[in-house]
Amino acid sequence: MTPAIEVRQVYKRFGALHALHGIDLEINTGEFFALLGPNGAGKTTLINIIAGLTLASSGSARVKGHDVVAEYREARRMLGVVPQELVFDPFFTVRETLLFQSGYYGIKKNNGWIDEIIHHLDLADKADTNMRSLSGGMKRRVLVAQALVHKPPVIILDEPTAGVDVELRQALWRFIKQLNRNGHTIVLTTHYLEEAEALCNRVAMLKNGSIVVLESVRNLISNISGHRIRLRLSPDTLPTALQLLAISHDQGYHVLAIEECCQLENVMAALRAAQTQILELQILQPDLEEVFVKIMHSAENLKPVSV
Amino acid sequence: MNGFLTLLYKELLRFWKVGFQTVFAPMLSTLLYLLIFSHMLEERVQAYPGVTYTVFLIPGLVIMAMLQNAFANSSSSLIQSIVSGNHIFMLLSPLSYQEIFTAYVLASVVRGLAVGLGIYLITLGFFEIPLYSFAWVFVFALMGTALLGALGIIAGIWAEKFEHLSALQNFIILPLTFLSGVFYTISSLPPFWRGLSYLNPFFYMVDGFRYGFFRTSDVSPYLSLGALAACFLAVSWLTLQMLKTGYKIRR
Repeated sequence: MTPAIEVRQVYKRFGALHALHGIDLEINTGEFFALLGPNGAGKTTLINIIAGLTLASSGSARVKGHDVVAEYREARRMLGVVPQELVFDPFFTVRETLLFQSGYYGIKKNNGWIDEIIHHLDLADKADTNMRSLSGGMKRRVLVAQALVHKPPVIILDEPTAGVDVELRQALWRFIKQLNRNGHTIVLTTHYLEEAEALCNRVAMLKNGSIVVLESVRNLISNISGHRIRLRLSPDTLPTALQLLAISHDQGYHVLAIEECCQLENVMAALRAAQTQILELQILQPDLEEVFVKIMHSAENLKPVSV
Repeated sequence: MNGFLTLLYKELLRFWKVGFQTVFAPMLSTLLYLLIFSHMLEERVQAYPGVTYTVFLIPGLVIMAMLQNAFANSSSSLIQSIVSGNHIFMLLSPLSYQEIFTAYVLASVVRGLAVGLGIYLITLGFFEIPLYSFAWVFVFALMGTALLGALGIIAGIWAEKFEHLSALQNFIILPLTFLSGVFYTISSLPPFWRGLSYLNPFFYMVDGFRYGFFRTSDVSPYLSLGALAACFLAVSWLTLQMLKTGYKIRR
């Protein structure tokens, strides 16, 4: 099957700055994909190249098999982009904005679908309000609506929840999950790693313009070695033998790092020898955040991983 | 509506929503020019035989207002979009660069014609203005506003901030229009300045436009039309190249 997005050997230079350094990426239809990376890693540049907002210095990108430069009309019909910045045209109302946006795609009578998006994004009260007078959260919703007017099979969201309150964030994700269930391919960048972990099946991590990791979320987390255990002890002192493993001690909880689960035996033995009683014990699973931090710190020594 | 018509309609609605500022304000300022200059010079100057200075001045002021507003329309629309970032909605869509070009130029033409027609109709209530050939008048109005509309696209994309744009407007567009023979015929100028005027494309717009009213002009209207057509082709080619390669807007 044609991939939803296919990026081949994309390089982008801004003068002396290498924003993207040979990106290869394939995102399949129906995926919920996250693009992660620190600020300046090249996430937005990559998105802009896929969207045709920026021309790559070399390499190619395709959306649903259509080259974003040579077949830009088809490629752009397949793609909806929610930009990171809160941009809007201050001359028009929400409904006008959405009608113009569908008109750009040559869609004639789109009022039914526009009403539906307006309803789903809870914009009904504001439909005839000028864009200028909307709050930031409302503007964000309009950006999402604008990306959806032409029912694109592939939707890219560039940090859609930055600066958005919890309620809207959850409503937004519910809606986007619904779209994904209906068969839309979703690509998002986010700084909230728990979001990526909860929503996405696969992630790419970018650093300095290169993909350092391309993995399913599950593999990524299970591949990371090392566990943490959290203990509450009586008396509340860690035996000397275990001091080396200690990471933190906070509000009566000791957190220890162990490499393998079998090390747990030694911890127990040391505690027994010190006649310390275990009041509570938890094994903490590594989460995406931990993986992310680890990889970003060691990316210099890491070869790109592919699936 | 297809994409092109949507963009055109949006551009028309954009200036019409603020029509007080984009259509009526320039009409007022032009009428003020007319009031003052005609009061001062009516008795002293006669540009063409048998034509009072005020009547001579009217077509010049009409086309000057049309040109300035055509330029202002595309340039201010684009720079506002680009500075605020909302131009990406147009760039994300399947609109071709030719469609974008044509929509912006046509919107400029419409605003220019609206302003010009308004001024003309008002002055018609007070003065008897001959109209030799509507066709010539219309052709020069169309060519002039289209050329300035295209120049406005270049300026709107090139300018990085409003300062750049107002510099272009005040140091290039304004002097070239003022020195194009709006207020005088260039035959009244010393040879050096007359020669220089032939290099000013705005001169051909004004001279040809005025020919349509009075059947008198400094150069043949065909020469003016040719010069304008050449300018329009060159500027359009450059504008289309900029849009095609994504100069500045698809960095």
